[in-house]
Amino acid sequence: MRVSASSSAVMRSRRRRGLARALFAALALLLLGASTVRAQSQSMPVSTDPVLEARTRAVAAQLRCPVCQGNSIEDSPSELAQDMKGVVREQLASGKSPDEVKQYFIAKYGEWILLEPKATGFNLVVYALPMVMVLIGGVVVWRAVKKWTAEPAEADADT
Amino acid sequence: MNWKRATVAAFVAFPVIGLLGYALTLDPKEIPSPLPGRDAPAFSLAVFAQGEGEQQRAVGDSIRVSDHRGEVVVLNFWASWCLACRDEHSTLSTVAESYARQGVKFYGVLYNDVPSNGTRWISEMGGQTYPSVQDPRTRTAIDYGLYGVPETFFIGRDGRVAYKHVGPVTAAVLARKLDSLIALRAPSTTGDSAARVTVPPGKS
Repeated sequence: MRVSASSSAVMRSRRRRGLARALFAALALLLLGASTVRAQSQSMPVSTDPVLEARTRAVAAQLRCPVCQGNSIEDSPSELAQDMKGVVREQLASGKSPDEVKQYFIAKYGEWILLEPKATGFNLVVYALPMVMVLIGGVVVWRAVKKWTAEPAEADADT
Repeated sequence: MNWKRATVAAFVAFPVIGLLGYALTLDPKEIPSPLPGRDAPAFSLAVFAQGEGEQQRAVGDSIRVSDHRGEVVVLNFWASWCLACRDEHSTLSTVAESYARQGVKFYGVLYNDVPSNGTRWISEMGGQTYPSVQDPRTRTAIDYGLYGVPETFFIGRDGRVAYKHVGPVTAAVLARKLDSLIALRAPSTTGDSAARVTVPPGKS
C-alpha cells in the first residue's frame, strides 16, 4: 500500500513537471511569435541613437495613423505613417519636446490625431461613460446577489 | 410591470443609444481640418511636370507659396496610383485654364509617388494645363494635414487656407470657391479692382 502510494506520488510529480514544461514551451513559442510579428510590422529605426528612437516610438505610439483604422503611426507599416514617424524623429532631434511635436500634429490634423483624446469638454464622456457603466453594473449585480441570497432565508421563514 | 425600474433603465439606455445612434450618422473618413483660416504652410517644391499655356512653369523651378501672396492658389494633391484622381483630372485641367486669365494659380502636388510615374500618368490622361511639383518624403503633405488623395486646398490672397476639399473636386465646387476668393480683396495689395471679375458663364 505504501509502495503504491509513493509510486503514484512520483507519477503525479512527473506529470506535473511534464505539464509545466509543456506550458513553458507554449509560452516561449507565443512570446517568440509575438516578437517576430512586431519586428515585421516595424520599419528599421533610422537613427542610431537608441534614446532618440525610444522617444520617437513613445510619441509615435500616441499619434493616430490617418490612413488606418485605430492604429498608431508607431504600429502602422503604411508609408504615410512611416513618413510621419520620420517627422517626429526629426523634430525631437532638433530639440522639440514630445508635447511640442504633438502640438505640431494637432495643428495640422486637429485633436483627432491623438489616439487618447484630451480629458476636457465632450471628450470627458469617453472617460466617464465606462466608469458609469461599471458602477451601474456593480449596483445591478449587488442587488441581484442580495436578492438571490435573501430568497432561501425567506423560503425558510415561510416553511 | 415595475414602472420605477423601467424608468431607470430608460434613463440609462436612451442616452447611450442616442450617443451610438449619433455616431452612426458621422462619416469616420470626414475629419475636420484645422487649417482653414490659418496661414498656408510654407513650402518650396520643384516642378517636374511643366503644364501648358498661362499656367506653365519650367521643370526644376521652385514653387513657394510665399511667392503667391496676393494671388489665389489651388493646391491639388494627387498620385498616379489614385483612381479618384482620374475622375477630377479633366475638370481641374479645364478650370485651371479658364481661371488662369484671372490670375488663379493651380499646382498639382505629387503624393507618395515618383515623378516618372507622375509624368507618365499625365501623358496617359492627355496632358495637364497646370504644373505639378514633387513632395519628397511627403513633408508638405503632412504639413497640410493630408490623409489621402485627392485633396484640394484653396489659398486666398491673404495667404491663408480658405477651404479644403476631400475627394474628387467638381467644376461647381471649384467655381464657387474660386469666385468667392477672387472677389475678396487682398489685405496689403493694391489695384484689386481687376480681381472683381464676373463669374464665367456656366460655372456655378
